[in-house]
Amino acid sequence: MLEIFIFATLNGLVTGLLLFMLASGLTLIFSMMGVLNFAHASFYMLGAYFAYSVSLYFGFWMGLIFAPLIVGVLGAVVERYGLRRVHQSGHVAELVFTFGLAFLIEEAVQFFWGPDTKNYQAPDILDFPLFTLFGQEFSAYRGFMIGISLSIFITLYHILTRSRIGIIIQAAITHPNTVANLGHNVPLIFMGVFGVGTALAGLAGVIAGPVLTTFPGMSIALGSIVFVIVVIGGLGSLAGAFIASLLIGLLQSYAIASDVGMPELLNLLGLEFERSHPLNDLWTLNLPRIAPILPFLLLVLVLIFRPTGLLGKREE
Amino acid sequence: MVQLKRLSIWIGYLVVMLVLPQFFDSILSVSIFNQMAIAIVFALSYNMLLGQGGMLSFGHAVYFGFGGFLAVHTLIMIEFETVYFSILFIPLIGGVFGLLAAIFIGSFSTHKAGTVFAMISLGMGELIAASSLIFVGFFGGEAGISGDRTYGPPFFGVEFLRDVEIYYVAVFWVFIATVFMYLFTQTPAGRMANAVRDNPERAEFIGYSARKVRFISFCAAGLFAGIAGGLFALNYEFITEETLNATTSGRVLLMAYIGGLGYFIGPIVGAVILTLMNSLLSNYSDLWMLYLGVMFLLTVLFLPRGFAGFIMMHQVAWVRGTIKQLALPYLLTGVPALLVMLSAIALIEMSHVEADVLQFIGFTLEPALLTDWLMVGIVGTGSLFAVRKSLPRLRDAWDSANTIPSEGGS
Repeated sequence: MLEIFIFATLNGLVTGLLLFMLASGLTLIFSMMGVLNFAHASFYMLGAYFAYSVSLYFGFWMGLIFAPLIVGVLGAVVERYGLRRVHQSGHVAELVFTFGLAFLIEEAVQFFWGPDTKNYQAPDILDFPLFTLFGQEFSAYRGFMIGISLSIFITLYHILTRSRIGIIIQAAITHPNTVANLGHNVPLIFMGVFGVGTALAGLAGVIAGPVLTTFPGMSIALGSIVFVIVVIGGLGSLAGAFIASLLIGLLQSYAIASDVGMPELLNLLGLEFERSHPLNDLWTLNLPRIAPILPFLLLVLVLIFRPTGLLGKREE
Repeated sequence: MVQLKRLSIWIGYLVVMLVLPQFFDSILSVSIFNQMAIAIVFALSYNMLLGQGGMLSFGHAVYFGFGGFLAVHTLIMIEFETVYFSILFIPLIGGVFGLLAAIFIGSFSTHKAGTVFAMISLGMGELIAASSLIFVGFFGGEAGISGDRTYGPPFFGVEFLRDVEIYYVAVFWVFIATVFMYLFTQTPAGRMANAVRDNPERAEFIGYSARKVRFISFCAAGLFAGIAGGLFALNYEFITEETLNATTSGRVLLMAYIGGLGYFIGPIVGAVILTLMNSLLSNYSDLWMLYLGVMFLLTVLFLPRGFAGFIMMHQVAWVRGTIKQLALPYLLTGVPALLVMLSAIALIEMSHVEADVLQFIGFTLEPALLTDWLMVGIVGTGSLFAVRKSLPRLRDAWDSANTIPSEGGS
């Protein structure tokens, strides 16, 4: 029991921190431009694919460095020539634009890399068990994932709160006009933040690719979950996104690892149903099976009872 | 006079729909018309939300799919003689259940418009799509469920064996749905939906509950989406969970947006264009989704009001009679622009095709030959250059056709 719990916690931590890498960029972009970037998970997918292509020629570590850079530049281009133009047509048009972009990137990935799963592997140097607990191994690559995500989080936090550029960014979020009057190039800051946010998503893709498999559906698999996190955490709140990422990561991990469900509940209540009962699907439900829908259930509940999210302040 | 004109438009709409299968009577074209009919109702219902009510939904397929599933279940019930009525009324069943689903979900999702609404719709859409794979008994899992439309009592001797007969059923419902959706825009509820979309605060000050107004639009949209789902069930006789997942929700958004949100006719245009692209292009190229994505992004970037908006842009020039001035500049820019597009498609296809030769609009291209690549590339860049050259002229012509000259000069 304890070993299941510990491993579920560790796996939940890996997923949660990975999700946070996506959610941090997304929430930062939202607080700047007020637009939820639907294509954010597509940049994550692009990160994995670019890293795969680079790693074919120069190895994993070059991919780790260059793929996020390429994705970041792509993101900046999208902001400069796409979003900025659509911005005039209003928020709905922006949302619809990023939605279309996500659609297009998925098709483009299938065009360039084909529809099949890519054999993108973790480097051999990280292919050993980090530690063995209760006879189960925890791979070094997962430890590496935790390390990268944590260091990114700490760096980002320091840059945003301690450095000059971070202070300018924070000011540009709340008072863009004042910042512009002080002589800073606000559109450039926006472009930069968008680029960095997408680069973070790309980095998440690079390190997630070998574990979660690199295939054209990987953006859809994660995309809506990242939205859920950003909304649950409170739109624009970085700390909220952190809490929500870990919450969702752990929740899903525990749900999958657990072995309880309706049959146990019914046993406890002393009820029993025939197999032919019309609601048989409901009576045989168990937690691992509903794990994929838990985040969405949480999202709907949060939106109904606390529309601002856990730590959100902004009331639209 | 105006009323007569309006009436003639409606009659024209009905007549065109009725006579279409007389001219195109192949099995393929009838099946395309059926898809179009379904898409028109679905896209129009989506426009009630986004275009008229300002609610961006990423889960509209829920009502479509839910209506469809209940319709197929009704077909099965008719088959086993649990109930007894003509399948002509199946779309109404779908509509009722779409409405019920919308009443339930709308009761908590219409508090706010904007991002919160969009997120709830996304969450509910994902939730229900994921649940549909869990509750196999009702949704049939990945395989879906199927019925048979021919078991019902014949309707004046028609047994609905052929697709064409279903087409006429569809026309009946499409026409009714279109009329009612149009009439809805004319009711106070429809007008208030526009007001709440544009300025909810002011609408509340006049004394309308923005939430209630949104709720009414939302329910109406659910009803008509359910009718579309019922038509889907009648046409295909089976339904899978794909009809209520994000793919279908996304497709209806594309249709409504490409067609033009601000206009009643927009979603009809979008539904027709997208269905045609879907059925015709997918025969020629497996990359058609890529082209669709590009087309969608270009529409959002350059035609924010969609195709219908593009047509309506010419209203001023049309009324003033200056539209003739635009013909030549349009031709000078349009033809090279078309060439740019075609050569871009040719290049994409050449890099994708696996065979040695590619048949492309009458030309035979060989991806192995460098000269072919160069030739297409030169045509493309040359036309791009021509577009850039002729664009200022088009802009000038546009300005002069649309500005009303002031008396004493400016």
